[in-house]
Amino acid sequence: MKLTCLSKGDGFHYPPCHMLNLCGFRILIDCPLDLSAIKIFSPVISCVASEASKYPSDESLDAQNPIQKKHKLERQLTFADLVCEEPWYKTVKPLHLWDASFIDIVLISNPMGLLGLPFLTQNPGFSAKIYMTEATAKIGQLMMEDLVSMHAEFRCFHGPDNSSFPGWIKNLDREQVPALLKKVVFGESGDDLGSWMRLYSLDDIESCMKKVQAVKFAEEVCYNGTLIIKALSSGLDIGACNWLINGPNGSLSYVSDSIFVSHHARNFDFHGLKGTDVLIYSDFSSLQSAEVTENGCISPDPDNNYISTTSDNKDSLLNTEDSLEEMEKLEFICSCAAESADAGGSTLITITRIGIVLQLLELMSNSLESSSLKVPIFVISSVAEELLAYTNTIPEWLCEQQQEKLISGEPSFGHLKFIKDKKIHLFPAIHSPNLIYANRTSWQEPCIIFAPHWSLRLGPSVQLLQRWRGDPKSLLVLEDGISSGLGLLPFRPIAMKILQCSFLSGIRLQKLPTLLSVLQPKIVLVPDAVNQRINFAAMKTISILNYFENKTLRVPRIADNPSVEITTDLASKLSWRKLRQRENFGIARLKGGLLMEDGKHRLVSGLEQEESSGKARPLRHWGSVAPESLLDALLKIGIKGSLEQSIGETGSDDNSIIHIANPSSGLIEVSEMGTAIITDDENVASQVFQAIDGILDGI
Amino acid sequence: MAIDCLVLGAGQEIGKSCVVVTINGKRIMFDCGMHMGCDDHNRYPDFSLVSKSGDFDNAISCIIITHFHMDHVGALPYFTEVCGYNGPIYMSYPTKALSPLMLEDYRRVMVDRRGEDELFTTAHIANCMKKVIAIDLKQTIQVDEDLQIRAYYAGHVLGAVMVYAKVGDAAIVYTGDYNMTTDRHLGAAKIDRLQLDLLISESTYATTIRGSKYPREREFLQAVHKCVAGGGKALIPSFALGRAQELCMLLDDYWERMNIKVPIYFSSGLTIQANMYYKMLISWTSQNVKEKHNTHNPFDFKNVKDFDRSLIHAPGPCVLFATPGMLCAGFSLEVFKHWAPSPLNLVALPGYSVAGTVGHKLMSGKPTTVDLYNGTKVDVRCKIHQVAFSPHTDAKGIMDLTKFLSPKNVVLVHGEKPSMMILKDKITSELDIPCFVPANGETVSVASTTYIKANASDMFLKSCSSPNFKFSNSTQLRVTDQRTADGVLVIEKSKKAKIVHQDEVSEVLHEKNHVVSLAYCCPVKVKGESDNDADLIKQLSEKILKTVSGAQIHESENCLQIGSFKGTLCLKDKCVHRRDISSSSEAVVFFCCNWSAADLELGWEVINVMKQNI
Repeated sequence: MKLTCLSKGDGFHYPPCHMLNLCGFRILIDCPLDLSAIKIFSPVISCVASEASKYPSDESLDAQNPIQKKHKLERQLTFADLVCEEPWYKTVKPLHLWDASFIDIVLISNPMGLLGLPFLTQNPGFSAKIYMTEATAKIGQLMMEDLVSMHAEFRCFHGPDNSSFPGWIKNLDREQVPALLKKVVFGESGDDLGSWMRLYSLDDIESCMKKVQAVKFAEEVCYNGTLIIKALSSGLDIGACNWLINGPNGSLSYVSDSIFVSHHARNFDFHGLKGTDVLIYSDFSSLQSAEVTENGCISPDPDNNYISTTSDNKDSLLNTEDSLEEMEKLEFICSCAAESADAGGSTLITITRIGIVLQLLELMSNSLESSSLKVPIFVISSVAEELLAYTNTIPEWLCEQQQEKLISGEPSFGHLKFIKDKKIHLFPAIHSPNLIYANRTSWQEPCIIFAPHWSLRLGPSVQLLQRWRGDPKSLLVLEDGISSGLGLLPFRPIAMKILQCSFLSGIRLQKLPTLLSVLQPKIVLVPDAVNQRINFAAMKTISILNYFENKTLRVPRIADNPSVEITTDLASKLSWRKLRQRENFGIARLKGGLLMEDGKHRLVSGLEQEESSGKARPLRHWGSVAPESLLDALLKIGIKGSLEQSIGETGSDDNSIIHIANPSSGLIEVSEMGTAIITDDENVASQVFQAIDGILDGI
Repeated sequence: MAIDCLVLGAGQEIGKSCVVVTINGKRIMFDCGMHMGCDDHNRYPDFSLVSKSGDFDNAISCIIITHFHMDHVGALPYFTEVCGYNGPIYMSYPTKALSPLMLEDYRRVMVDRRGEDELFTTAHIANCMKKVIAIDLKQTIQVDEDLQIRAYYAGHVLGAVMVYAKVGDAAIVYTGDYNMTTDRHLGAAKIDRLQLDLLISESTYATTIRGSKYPREREFLQAVHKCVAGGGKALIPSFALGRAQELCMLLDDYWERMNIKVPIYFSSGLTIQANMYYKMLISWTSQNVKEKHNTHNPFDFKNVKDFDRSLIHAPGPCVLFATPGMLCAGFSLEVFKHWAPSPLNLVALPGYSVAGTVGHKLMSGKPTTVDLYNGTKVDVRCKIHQVAFSPHTDAKGIMDLTKFLSPKNVVLVHGEKPSMMILKDKITSELDIPCFVPANGETVSVASTTYIKANASDMFLKSCSSPNFKFSNSTQLRVTDQRTADGVLVIEKSKKAKIVHQDEVSEVLHEKNHVVSLAYCCPVKVKGESDNDADLIKQLSEKILKTVSGAQIHESENCLQIGSFKGTLCLKDKCVHRRDISSSSEAVVFFCCNWSAADLELGWEVINVMKQNI
């Protein structure tokens, strides 16, 4: 088995990407898009210049005065530095170095891991089997369609451009371009250029999704009769999964970002991953979140680190502390939104994690209903209606609390009722007729709006942010890490209150040792960065290997020899031989067809059973022949011979020669290595052979 | 190893489905139903056959319920709450959600009708359902270390499943009720090609072969349409779940298309609530419905309203779905009392009606008056329509499924004996599969698959996968790849068996190889002057080819090779392998030959050819 980590990703929206070589099959795990890179592009904002000039600041001056820019290379970035072109999208770079037609299997763990797949399936040679859960397929498809529809706005704005090389990259290669921008475009090592792609079309998405085989949780799918692949819930989001692969050479589990106790999705099903030969730990979330400590969400808990007794292990994994903390965060957002609404300000929520959105919608509507505030909630997205309808038809993919609701006949998520009661309004776009014409519906401010995209470059959030950025009463709710760097650049200066939220998106580092001691894999592959931060000394029974981005790690086979199943049909035809020398052994010659079925080698009766020749005579012999006993044996069957001890040329080996005179003449050469029968009489030869066979063990 | 299939219910009859199958020591109960037509103790399966002592937790590994119909789930609360079974129970998500509604509905009707003691209480139902583990389609569930179960789509009602169970190497499928064709809101049954020792199939329509159901659907729609067009009221008595939704979908759709404004009513809140479940469980419906639901959920019936008691006597046409089905009691019977006397009205009876109910009386003849209850009689002048489509597979469907799965054995349940016997003969003769039709209380035993497990050496596996091309050159060149796994199975006491390549055997046994070979320096008479060795070899090989069929001969400068047989021109004057040298003829060359014991016969054949001369 070989593992190559193509990208360690970056947070929830950019999951890691790996290439795995297992049993000779190439398996790609996840195919994400680095959507944070889109922030180098300028959003489509109507009359930016005039708006910006209202606020006298350095930035606006610079924007109007490009000559000055050259003199101040190291000064702050400005809006004008952003690329004002139709955006391209950054994919996983090393993936382009692999021939897509050599990939055998693609496993997609969550909707975010699907976003880059149409780029791969566009390749005419692509013929891999793609597996993902049904929910991932549906939600991922909607996300891709939403991306395309949001991107269409750029098309309208910049006009069609079908050049195969992006002109903007040329401009960025100049000296005066800020280093931050260059880093995003060209990467740390300066060779990321090839990873930029023009966005796919709706047709590409459709043809990509046609190639997908959607599975349920814990459904076993068999690839090529050899690998049995199973998706098990990871708890990260609806439909997100980890993978379990069983093959003839052992089992492998792949643990992606996982959440033990989820409030919406099925919990992390780690029981199903127990006792595999190899575990690939690919949860990088702890690394990213540990770097961002400003929000106070991460509090490393040193006491909890090394728990060795397995009895309370599971309890410590399943404690609800984390999930309660997540609920508190959501409630905090709600209270902030209510506060600003109270003060007459609107709230713009750009979070697009579907689980978070669903919970927020429900919490928000409930808290608004219980308060006296009459504030409408809008969800503006081209796929909002379909997505929200869909989430109420998938109880199988949700956590136990939601499944209880099914049993009692309530919808899984509360938004259904609020939509009916016209408390939540869904619109496909900001320019939807019903939204604009105030007489027909209830556009009113202040309001609470859920609008994509979290990158603040695409979608309705751009216009809304533009509208409210100067309003200190309004609130902007962002995903983690957007406010720093380029994220808010096009909208500065901002008077809005900003709430940046980081949500749990993986296994906390301190839980990893406990998890491993529960799962008991034989070999664990962890990213080097994780290994540096955690002391695995306590895990004596488990061998731990490090892997690095863009390096191939070979893992030796640890399972015993592959197991083979023999059908009773074939087994009943076996003719057993007892060995003279070794009583404990029984041996039999086996002839049949070897099949590969359900990940197992299976021996079945062959088409033609060559029993006659197989039974008649052994083909291999072992042991040694004592010349004297051979003489005796020959005598019994009426062959007379005389022994002649011959000294070989080297003098050391004791070759014996037996001369036979009767019934016809012949020679038998006996040595340690073998026996040769030299005669021209067929019958004598056969008889001698039988005599030898009677002395030796053979098969 | 064997599989024992004990039929507790639905053996040679329809009702109280319950089959207990023992696979390699694990016991699984499939379905736990109630007989709707029985009033006495016979309405429940005879659980004492499973365990005399009543210790069901140890007797049964798990219960799996295939769908929410009373004859499949009806006895479950009794079994868990009264008999005390506490082990795991598995159902699909819809079955888990809808079974309590069905059970409660039935419980109420029975108490209303007979005023008899409750069979089980509401609390029983609730407690029982708490023990149920919901499963999704195709999800592979490890019940315990050895027992694995998996559900497949059966299409009979919402959430109906076929169940695959595997213990060790033995596997069976219990179909429950299934439908092999797509209907208005459900898809057709779908299952993987599995290796099965036993298939337990329903056989409701063991001999019927049905065509398309669309004509019969049209008949139903036209009957209702004609009634309301004439100003009449149409009553459709049905149970809360299943047929009500299917028929309502038909009607709602028809109403849309024909632009009919006549109201469609649902009698109680219950059925409206049931629609709520259907909306949430849309992923269990047919592909067609699933695709449509993005824009409009087909269970959001546009023309359906709640019915109010006061509307019974309201003028004007309407359609009413009223519970319970079969007109056995309750509200539907009350409405029937008022509507039956008018010739304008219509009663459409979906599905099967148990003997003794008003529904049964209406179906069995054309009565003019009917006894309702307590001597109340009512004149029946309304039209009666029997809805003649059913979500069960027909005989062709059963045969198709059996052929597709090709199990080693078939057991038929859930059918009527005479037609089951006909189907049994058909399966035995046409598909050549042993088929059984056990009666209630009988056990069928069949053999189960077991594999012998062994570890295989890499060398053996490699040798298996190396191609073994055979060329035959009769009229056209034919190349076949006849790979055979050829190895040696070695068993050592108290160790796992090993399969090795024959070259490895001695190593495994810690022995030294001993090669037994044969050798002979063969004289070949040569005619004329052929100095050329190569010519000689060629002549020889041609000769050999004539007598030794299919031999592949490799020729080189002064040597011939066939398999392990090797003959080399011997130039020595005195070869040890030479025997009985009669140097009579001068034109003799010698071929020093040796071959291994494996090619004993082949060697002699070649030698004989050589001896014959040239």
